Amino acid sequence: MPTPTRGFLGRRRERDPRLPPGQYDVGGDWPVLTAEPTPRIAPETWSITVDGLVEQPTTWSWDEAHRLPPSEYRGDIHCVTTWSKLDTRFSGVSVDTLLEAARPTAEAHFVMATSRTGYTANLPLADVTGGKAWLVWDFDGRPLTPEHGGPVRLLVPHLYFWKSAKWVSRLTLLTRDQPGFWEQNGYHDRGDPWRQQRYQGD
Amino acid sequence: MTEALGADVVGAAPSGGWRSAVVAGVRRPVPRSVQLRLDVEDRVDHLPGQHYVVRLTAPDGYTAQRSYSIASAPGDPLLELFVERLDDGEVSTHLADVVEPGDVLEVRGPIGGWFVWDGESPALLLAGGSGVVPFVSMLRTARALRRTDLLRIAVSVRTLEQLPYADELLQAGALVVTTREARGIRPAGRLTGADLVPLWEPGQTVYVCGSGGFAESATGLLVELGVPPSVIRVERFGPSGAPV
Ligand SMILES: Cc1cc2nc3c(=O)[nH]c(=O)nc-3n(C[C@H](O)[C@H](O)[C@H](O)COP(=O)(O)OP(=O)(O)OC[C@H]3O[C@@H](n4cnc5c(N)ncnc54)[C@H](O)[C@@H]3O)c2cc1C
Repeated sequence: MPTPTRGFLGRRRERDPRLPPGQYDVGGDWPVLTAEPTPRIAPETWSITVDGLVEQPTTWSWDEAHRLPPSEYRGDIHCVTTWSKLDTRFSGVSVDTLLEAARPTAEAHFVMATSRTGYTANLPLADVTGGKAWLVWDFDGRPLTPEHGGPVRLLVPHLYFWKSAKWVSRLTLLTRDQPGFWEQNGYHDRGDPWRQQRYQGD
Repeated sequence: MTEALGADVVGAAPSGGWRSAVVAGVRRPVPRSVQLRLDVEDRVDHLPGQHYVVRLTAPDGYTAQRSYSIASAPGDPLLELFVERLDDGEVSTHLADVVEPGDVLEVRGPIGGWFVWDGESPALLLAGGSGVVPFVSMLRTARALRRTDLLRIAVSVRTLEQLPYADELLQAGALVVTTREARGIRPAGRLTGADLVPLWEPGQTVYVCGSGGFAESATGLLVELGVPPSVIRVERFGPSGAPV
């Protein structure tokens, strides 16, 4: 245990057990955190492509994606800058549905998510399969706003939120892990909030 | 991954682990904030624009950590931070009210490889309030390199009295816009597109730093002026309208 800081007691507020260590509840707020200006992307021009190590590289337009079986996430989200938002509701489509169509090969172990802005985030394939990841276009029953990644963002709620790439347009299956945007800039490759995997080496 | 997303800086930015830092200086040049000068053991030199994490530990082991941009230039023997005090804040109140010279703080850094200036390329710097901190590091670096010609700075703040590093910024020719008081013939008001026209030149990288609200409105102005989004880099300070 590190030496206590002289005079610091901490302002422990009542802690909700759903909060991972070092996180606080923002309540009704939803802070915006992005390294780039917010792009305005018309849904008609948006599409999602699944490529790389897949048997059937596939692209879905906005309309095509909306014809896939709908799927919903209800639960909490956690940002590495220490806020968490509890009881959120997002809807869209499960990443499993996209992968079933594109069929990852046996060599595929990682995914690189790419945004229309060029932002990237890397993830182990196991973190986006088995009902753990979505492409979402609605938040709380309303279209996702551009600041929060609309028209469509990736949602991987069990990892820190920088993994949930805003304005997502491509998922590329890879054999080996490659650092994405924040990961090249010192952030952790996996980003599990319960283990406080904030920076490389945590 | 596009070129715009920092392919040029990635890999080049230094990063360091946890260190202990002795507080060497505490000053309060601006109301409701504190400037800390830290002597960091085994310090890894930073690039201007990078930040540190400060971690406070309570007697029972409870910890709180927050990010703070570096104000000093890499050549400064001490590390300088500038912290605005939030009334209900946990860490900023401790740093502003309790910390004294001689105290030891745990710090981690430097961190960040995106919001950094290379000291060679032209840059436009737009800050809201305490968002000037990383730009002070860039300005001090430019002065040391005798390349202040590369930087254009615009700052928006409530009143001049509340602007950290006001003298340094004004001396460097920064445009200072005050939103709660008139300045000269200019009435109180926000930064406008017209303010930015004479400052923006193709070839610049544009750095925007401040609260979430400031960052959103400033990037909006830039995009309206036709600045390509790919040259704009944004750092947002903390939660509830307050990064990385
Ligand atoms: C990359 C980066 C660089 C930064 N650089 C600087 C800098 O140079 N200078 C600077 O002053 N700041 C900087 N910040 C912001 C800084 O990290 C802190 O966010 C800020 O000092 C506030 O921390 P705090 O502990 O005082 O406040 P917190 O205790 O975190 O509170 C912040 C706000 O959140 C709310 N809040 C927090 N916890 C709770 C809770 N449990 N329940 C309800 N509400 C809560 C409070 O209402 C408060 O208004 C930077 C942030 C980032 C990400």
